[in-house]
Amino acid sequence: MSSPFLQMTHIGKSFGNIPVLRRVSFDLQKAEVHALMGGNGAGKSTLMKILTGVYTKDTGTISIDGQTVDITDTAASERAGIAMIFQEFSLVPTLTVAQNIWLGREPRLPGTPFINNAAMVRQSRLILQELGVDIDPEALVGSLPVGFMQIVEIAKALSKQARILVMDEPTSSLSEAETEALFDLVRKLKSSGISIVYISHRMAEILTICDRVTVMRDGETVMTEPCAGLSVARIVEAMLGAGHTASFEWQDRGDRPAVPPILHVRNLRLASRVQDVSFDIRPGEIVGLAGLMGSGRTEIAETIFGRRTAVSGEVIFDGQPLRGQADAIDRGIALVPEDRRKMGLVLDHSVRDNVLLPNLARFTRHFFVRDAEALSTVTQTIRDLKIKTDGPDKLSRLLSGGNQQKIVLGKWLARDPRLLILDEPTIGVDIGAKSEIVATVRAMADRGMAVLVISSELEELMAISDRILVLHGGRITQDLNRRTVASEEELHHAIQGHGHRAVDAIPA
Amino acid sequence: MQSKVTATGRSTPSLPDIQWQNYIVYIFFVVVLGFFAVMIGDKGFLSVTNLFNIARTTAMITVIAVAMTFIISAGELDLSVGSTTALAALICALVMQAGYPWPLAVVAAIASGLAVGCLNGVFVTMIGIPSFLVTLGMMQFIRGLDMRVTYTNPISISNQTYNGIFGSGYVFGVPSLLIWSVVIALLGHVVLKYTGFGREILATGGNRQAAEYSGIKTRRVKFYAFLLSGAAAALAGMLYAGMMQTARFNFGEGAELMAIAAVILGGTSLFGGKGTILGTFAGSLLIGTINNGLIIMGLDVSEQMMISGAIIIVAVAFGKKPGA
Repeated sequence: MSSPFLQMTHIGKSFGNIPVLRRVSFDLQKAEVHALMGGNGAGKSTLMKILTGVYTKDTGTISIDGQTVDITDTAASERAGIAMIFQEFSLVPTLTVAQNIWLGREPRLPGTPFINNAAMVRQSRLILQELGVDIDPEALVGSLPVGFMQIVEIAKALSKQARILVMDEPTSSLSEAETEALFDLVRKLKSSGISIVYISHRMAEILTICDRVTVMRDGETVMTEPCAGLSVARIVEAMLGAGHTASFEWQDRGDRPAVPPILHVRNLRLASRVQDVSFDIRPGEIVGLAGLMGSGRTEIAETIFGRRTAVSGEVIFDGQPLRGQADAIDRGIALVPEDRRKMGLVLDHSVRDNVLLPNLARFTRHFFVRDAEALSTVTQTIRDLKIKTDGPDKLSRLLSGGNQQKIVLGKWLARDPRLLILDEPTIGVDIGAKSEIVATVRAMADRGMAVLVISSELEELMAISDRILVLHGGRITQDLNRRTVASEEELHHAIQGHGHRAVDAIPA
Repeated sequence: MQSKVTATGRSTPSLPDIQWQNYIVYIFFVVVLGFFAVMIGDKGFLSVTNLFNIARTTAMITVIAVAMTFIISAGELDLSVGSTTALAALICALVMQAGYPWPLAVVAAIASGLAVGCLNGVFVTMIGIPSFLVTLGMMQFIRGLDMRVTYTNPISISNQTYNGIFGSGYVFGVPSLLIWSVVIALLGHVVLKYTGFGREILATGGNRQAAEYSGIKTRRVKFYAFLLSGAAAALAGMLYAGMMQTARFNFGEGAELMAIAAVILGGTSLFGGKGTILGTFAGSLLIGTINNGLIIMGLDVSEQMMISGAIIIVAVAFGKKPGA
């Protein structure tokens, strides 16, 4: 192996007197895609923040192309040719693509303070062409699909002559088709000599696109290996440490007792893509709902939860049709929504207040909230779900993604729901928290709770479901007993509509 | 341990998390009080009469600001409260002038405040117009109405029972206005902090979407907040009328901005989700103390305004969290 393009040696970093990185070394070859993995708190984001100049390191050296560089702030990192690719949040939606790419560095008409708009558009078009994407530099960023925003970010980085890109969970909000397009782009960048640090929790994706993988745990690198010939099990073992076996494997929970279903969905037709959907869920059953991004899975979940009204068809819960969200919640339906930061949590409120939010009525007597009584429920929730927090009064913003998701799950489980709907429950959640969430859901189902799981990660659906419904073209096209599904590929095939062109794959 | 540290995502994690910014209003209050005590203590600033005077003159702002804390915590704004105070005062005075008993006048005044709050609430929660615009328009409209009702003539109030209860009287030597503001502040504090409604207000302002997904009827919550604000403005108007023993169309001009300043000084987030009534009370007293002290120091109105404006900005700047 030639000498690495980027070399981070013995990087150390402490916050207060808590060491977060201990002598971490990480290197990146020219034109390499190098995966960086690890649970939340393993130190990978701290390491990348040091590389991008958000934090400064306490000890160690960083060299690029053989030259030691001193990254004191984000500007220094940018000068060194390093760029972080954010998913969508660092673009201004009301400006055009070109204006975003050149934001703060707009080319001027020679000798004047005026912006040379033509040059800006021309240069943007050139970069976008090089990337092989068809985006109009004069289009408003706000009008682009999410997948394209990331590409604009990449174009922006390239316009700054970046040679090292750091991509953090780049596919988490992308559809299948957009993910494929992104992978093509990554390969293209690689062939033009760009090096990429690729942070992701998705194993399959990493083995597809990366050359090497480095796993961090507890502030140290525990493994760096080429991806070729590496197994998922090996990576998981490195992430969790020896002796920790993930419960992220399918367990046959046996046949459900022949009780009548608690939920009937009949001929549901929604304003969006859902044409005619019918299915049942029995108490104690975990049903997965598979389908492409934009196929209407979330809309179905929100209709059952009463946040949307159906064009036609009905949802019958425990023998009675549902009348709106208040009715759904009263009768024991819970929804863990897709976007926990937007819909799941009041981020600036404490763990306690968030857990109490859907349970306020239960703890309120004569207008007053019985805080002492409520606290025992909150601590119980923290204990049961193994939420890692200093205490119930810690702001939920300060917790990791996995622990935040546990709060959202916990606030509903505290109500002892009879039907739990999980919409993408493990996006941005590390493997440790993920397997704990799965174990909790399984335990609740064993006690008779019905569960509907929506996920874009087939691995997850395969791990947790007793039965998998395939949503395609606005209908349930297959109702598969998990036992009969041999592999993820088989399920993947079904979602795509048996290899037919996926008519409902509209980029979300 | 580590997960917590890296997960914060912000630099400079101060380990013992004492957020002195949360107490800035109290610190400022003590500093200002100390400053005036040293400077003009001998000119009667510290006399009981003067301290009661501060409490009396801030009562109206305090009452409005307590309700404004609910509005702002829910992520909204109510600019119509100033002109509503005058409306309620005028209605109250007119009903008494027509010979009806004072309790009926009080009911009518409160009803007028509730009516304004109800209109604001309907426009904001049902029609979906931003509260800033709705209440800006309402402020203008109601002020016009105030002028129209009596063609800008003041209406005097001769009912001394009314005047005694609402503004002019004393109970065991304590001005009734002080009692009103303490009672309203305590009531507001308890409701915001310890009741389900208070929690729903904070959740609605903190993240409306998440609150809704948790089953909180956020539109209803906001509607109630506007009702509360209208009623509080009406009460403030009655207090004003009782203190002046008259009602005038220009009562409460600028009161909405003073109340907002008191709320923000107190540590309530302008963006919603975080509110403190005790802070608001202190904020209101702080503004009142500054104005009172400056008058005693012999500054004229123009100088007073400049200095109190500057102090508000400085206090809010100190209360700002680094990086936030």
